[in-house]
Amino acid sequence: MCALAHVLEEAGIATVVLASMRSVAERMNVPRVLYCEFPLGRPLGMPDNAKFQHGVLAAALQLLDASSGPVLVDYPEVVEAVETPLACALPPRFDPDIAPSIDEAQGLRAAYERAVASRGATEVGRAINADGVAEALADLERVAAGEHWKEVYGPRLDTIAIAHDIRAYYQEAALELADGPPPGARQAEAWFYEETEAGKTLAAARDALTEQEAPSGITFYMQPVGR
Amino acid sequence: MSSDQVMRDMMANLPVPEFESTPWASPPPLAEATVAIVTSAGLHRADQDRFDGRGDVSYRMLDRGDRELILGHWSSNFDRAAYVSDHNVVYPIDRLEELAAAGTIGAVAPRHVAFAGNQPDTVSEVRLDTGPAAAAELRADGVDVAILTPV
Repeated sequence: MCALAHVLEEAGIATVVLASMRSVAERMNVPRVLYCEFPLGRPLGMPDNAKFQHGVLAAALQLLDASSGPVLVDYPEVVEAVETPLACALPPRFDPDIAPSIDEAQGLRAAYERAVASRGATEVGRAINADGVAEALADLERVAAGEHWKEVYGPRLDTIAIAHDIRAYYQEAALELADGPPPGARQAEAWFYEETEAGKTLAAARDALTEQEAPSGITFYMQPVGR
Repeated sequence: MSSDQVMRDMMANLPVPEFESTPWASPPPLAEATVAIVTSAGLHRADQDRFDGRGDVSYRMLDRGDRELILGHWSSNFDRAAYVSDHNVVYPIDRLEELAAAGTIGAVAPRHVAFAGNQPDTVSEVRLDTGPAAAAELRADGVDVAILTPV
C-alpha cells in the first residue's frame, strides 16, 4: 500500500493510506498516512457501522489539507480484536458412519446456502466449491491420520486454498446462524479453530504436513499465526 | 499476545522498500475532487481472474457500481469475516457515495483499483509497471484523490 502511494502520487493523485502497520508506514516516506490501530482485515474499523466508517474517512480526508509531508497521524480510537469464539451452535451428529467433520459440514450446508443467497456472493471457490467441502475434509482426515500428502494429493499441494475454502464455508454459515451484530475480529476464526470438527481436522492435518516436511510456505498459510 | 500483535511485531522487523523522498500531489478542494479507492485486499468480481497466491503483481479495475466482490488476498492472517458482513469495512464505496451525495467530495470515481497485498518483497513491478499503469487508468478517469485500504 505504501509503495502504491508513492506511485500514485508521482502520477499526480493525492493519496491517504489507512495504514494498519505503523512500523512499516513510518519507514517509507509515505505522503499522508492515517494510522488506524484496528484489527487486521478491517481498515475502516467496524463492519455495519457507517458512523464509525465516516469518522475514519473524515480524518483521512482531513490530511489533504496539509501543504507538505510526510504526514502521519494516529486515529484516536483503537479497536481491539476479540478472541472469544463466536456463539454459534453446531449441528448435532447426524450420520455416525462418516467422520465427525464431514457430518458437521453437511449439517451446515443449509445455513451456508442461505448466507450465499442473501449476500449474492461467496468467498468459497478458490480451490473447491461447497460441493467439494466433504471430499476436501476426507482428504485432510487422511493426512491427519498419517498418510503422506503425496499419496493423498499427488505432486501439487494446494492446501492453503483448500483451507481457505473450508474456513470460508464455515464462517459464512456461522455469520448466518449467529444472532446480533457482526462479531468482533477473530471471533469467527476462534469459533472455527476451537469449536468445530473441521477446524480441529485442519489443525491436525497442518501438524501432520509439518511433520512430513511439506513446504513451509504452504503450512504457514494454512492457519493464522499463533494457531 | 493477539494474532494482530504478532503480525505487527513481525512486520516491524522486516526490511521495507526504500523510498528516499516523498512525492507530493496537490489536490483540488475536496468538494471538487474525484475520489477513488485503491485497496490491497485483492478484490475482484466473480467474472474477473482470481489473484495468484505467489506474489501477484496484477490489478483489477472495479466499476463504481460493483458490490459483493470476492476478497482475493491470500493471507490467512487477518479477519475475513468482517468483509463478508459489510464490504465497506474494507472497500468503503457506499460511504464515498454518501460523501458525494452530501457534497463533501466532488465525485466518486467511475472505477476503483484492487491489488493483492501479497507482493514480492522488492515491489519493483508495482513501482515500475503495474502501479503506474493503474495510476494512468485512474488519471484518465479524472481521479484527484485516492484512499488506500490495506487488509
